Amino acid sequence: MVKKSVERIYLSLIFLFLYLPIAVLIILSFNNSKTKVQWGGFTLKWYKNLFSTSSIMEAFWTTILISLASALIATLLGTLAALGIDAMKKRNQAIMVGATNIPLLNADIVTGLSMMLLFVRFTRLGIGTVLIAHITFNIPYVILNVLPKLKQSSRTAYEAALDLGATPMYAFFKIVWPQISPGVFSGFLMAMTMSLDDFSVTYFTKGAGINTLSTMIYTEMRKGIRPEMYALSTILFLLAFVLLLFMNFGPSAHKDKNGT
Amino acid sequence: MKRKKTILLLLCTLGILGLFTGCGAKDSENTLTVLNYGKYLDPEAIEMFEEETGIKVDYEEYVTPENMYTKYRAGAIDYDLICTSDYMVEKLIQEGEVLELDYANIPLSNNLDSEYFEFSKSFDPENKYAIPYFFGTVGILYNKSMVEESKVNSWNILWDKDYSGQIIMADSVRDSFMVALKILGCSLNTTDDAELKQAQDLLIQQKPLVYSYLVDEAQDEMISENAAMAVVYSGEAGYALEFNENLAFSVPEEGSNMWIDSWFIPKSAKHKEHAEKFLNFLCREDISMMNFDYVYYATPNKKTKESLDLELQENTTIFPLKQTLDNCEVLKPLDDEATMKLNLLWKEVKSAD
Amino acid sequence: MFNLKRQLLSGPYLLWMVGFILMPVVMILYYAFTTTSGHFTLLNITSIFASIHMKSLFLSLKLALACTAICLALSYPLAMILNNMKQRSQGFIVFIFILPMWMNFMLRILAWKLLLSNNGVINMVLEAIGLPGLDVLNTPSAVVFCMVYDFLPFMILPIYNAMSRIQQDIIEAARDLGAGTATIFFKIIVPLTTPGVISGIIMVFVPALTSFAISDLLGGGKVLLIGNVIEQAFMQEYNWNLGSGLSLVLMVFVIASMALMSSKGEKGGASVW
Repeated sequence: MVKKSVERIYLSLIFLFLYLPIAVLIILSFNNSKTKVQWGGFTLKWYKNLFSTSSIMEAFWTTILISLASALIATLLGTLAALGIDAMKKRNQAIMVGATNIPLLNADIVTGLSMMLLFVRFTRLGIGTVLIAHITFNIPYVILNVLPKLKQSSRTAYEAALDLGATPMYAFFKIVWPQISPGVFSGFLMAMTMSLDDFSVTYFTKGAGINTLSTMIYTEMRKGIRPEMYALSTILFLLAFVLLLFMNFGPSAHKDKNGT
Repeated sequence: MKRKKTILLLLCTLGILGLFTGCGAKDSENTLTVLNYGKYLDPEAIEMFEEETGIKVDYEEYVTPENMYTKYRAGAIDYDLICTSDYMVEKLIQEGEVLELDYANIPLSNNLDSEYFEFSKSFDPENKYAIPYFFGTVGILYNKSMVEESKVNSWNILWDKDYSGQIIMADSVRDSFMVALKILGCSLNTTDDAELKQAQDLLIQQKPLVYSYLVDEAQDEMISENAAMAVVYSGEAGYALEFNENLAFSVPEEGSNMWIDSWFIPKSAKHKEHAEKFLNFLCREDISMMNFDYVYYATPNKKTKESLDLELQENTTIFPLKQTLDNCEVLKPLDDEATMKLNLLWKEVKSAD
Repeated sequence: MFNLKRQLLSGPYLLWMVGFILMPVVMILYYAFTTTSGHFTLLNITSIFASIHMKSLFLSLKLALACTAICLALSYPLAMILNNMKQRSQGFIVFIFILPMWMNFMLRILAWKLLLSNNGVINMVLEAIGLPGLDVLNTPSAVVFCMVYDFLPFMILPIYNAMSRIQQDIIEAARDLGAGTATIFFKIIVPLTTPGVISGIIMVFVPALTSFAISDLLGGGKVLLIGNVIEQAFMQEYNWNLGSGLSLVLMVFVIASMALMSSKGEKGGASVW
């Protein structure tokens, strides 16, 4: 029993650690004062203003667009790549996995800067360059999520299906896909989260007038964040929270058990 | 099989190349690309401009003048209009990167007080290139309940051991060295090795007393009374004073730096006419007023200033007195060698123990 | 035949890799070995030995090691606790650690800054219960603290994943054969979670070593890490050659130390998540 309560206390401390700053930000979104260091009473006006603040809304949609699109494309490319890598010889596999790790091992700042150096040479910076950069750093997360699932899956079932006359496509969707789909899904989610939270890479590769929430916050950081930003972040966070609750306790929750 | 493989590879290459080339920003006729300091223009003013003229504004922000220089020099974006500080404008003029303004397209520039065009002559001798936007000085923002007011008239207070851990210094090469150089009685544009070294020694000596090196965040730290004094731009001080009545601002007697942030059209401009239209728009009384309210720095627009409350007009924190300005120096650009030297000295200060 | 065809699936990725991973590295190499006027030089590389650069590299190393060690010490027991909880809530718990990332990391750091400041909430609470106030803001400790905050999930998740893959049968078998709790822990759990631990270390150590935003925001300009030096070279000093040179050194340094790490735990690199 003592052990149990020590565990409980430890868990709650960690959660407090993780969520305390988030609580602060949520409180700030209701703060009726332009500066973040003073409490000026409760207000909902930042939420009302938010939807008419076009620059923030634009940054919001850009952020969503980039993270969704880059995660989708990265998932497609990455899953295909993982299937290919899985079929390679041991030595080539090691090389591919090693190369895949490079962007993960590289400092964000180096990834961003090196891309900037490349883009500046050959093209103009725009939203496309941001997208390419995000896809690039997202692919490894997908591959590294899918590959272990492929390794765990049994090759024999797939080959048996082929021997019994199934087309490779059919065999793939009937046998391989169900086994790797949790990996693909978590890879997609990982990629999207990384993309949402990225600052450095976007900062160096974006064109004029294109802002994601991160880059917008960075430039505003020094002169004080517009309170509408706290409001938007709170809404986003709560949306993510609801989504998460639904995914885990909603109708399809049982799927999760064979996953992870 | 081999052939199939090559065909597939080729197809993939094409696909990716297609994506790559398709990514360049569209060069549309009806756009204007503006580069400005962060939070230095009311976003509503941009919306109004877009509505009135039908020109789409791509608005981009940066943090320090050096930062802006890099962005411009990288050359990956064609900026049409840039706002930055005096010495950086001068540097770009010297490098031949600035286009002459056509004042016929900017009739409302008459709204600006000619006094500030005079000031601008220090970096733009014939007023050919730049239009002033906001100006101010650098001084000490202090907390009256924590600091002896009689001492604040000198930069030396920033070296006073009584205030150890309560001093916020400027996190920018030129501003920090300005403070040290003024104490030594040198020009803030000196490139003399011995003088700079002396200034660096002073800054290293000061480091243990410093709470933090900040630029614009200093105002929040001062409002929440986390520190006793901070080296800030006059506009920041004006803003902070509104939130905490214990605060006050002083420009030390040794003199300081006077800065003017100005707009100019760089050589990369693809839409010069739009840029001039935008400049004219910024000089308009109502727009200039909106921006003053938003930024809270001293505006050179005399029409705007006249329509302010008398109390605000006489606020010497926001609008420095003539005698204060006369005691101030404007920053000059340094050549590449001196810039590198200064950067190195500053890095040594920052990494000193 | 089947193998070859399937290998082709990685074709698009391979091309992508050449275009957007390899080419940028080539660009860095080019800038690193040239002067502003395009002549060959080694000065950008050797400038890492300049005392200020060495100093910031060592400081970065020190802070990154501290951060990694703290993350590991916090995560391992945490992963064990989580692993012992009901099967049903496990997926939920994993997401709980990812969820904070949906609030922008800079805003979260900003919030810590508010909490930790001299007149901040934490000091107010400490004062109220009669403890001396903290004075951590603008020191390396504050930077480490926030790094731990930011990177903790990257340590917890791989360890937790590795742990949840251990089959209960093995542990039960060991117990039936008379192994004590300590033996089970050291002979079964530790070896089987090593790959997860190594992934975690890599996922935490690398970003901690190279970060610049955290020290920028919480170090009060007094903590100059190697990431800050590089960022300044690029964005403030417009010295891309020096920046590239230092980046290259950092890259080689990181990859070498990681190769060393993952060679010790065989499957290291592959099972990051």
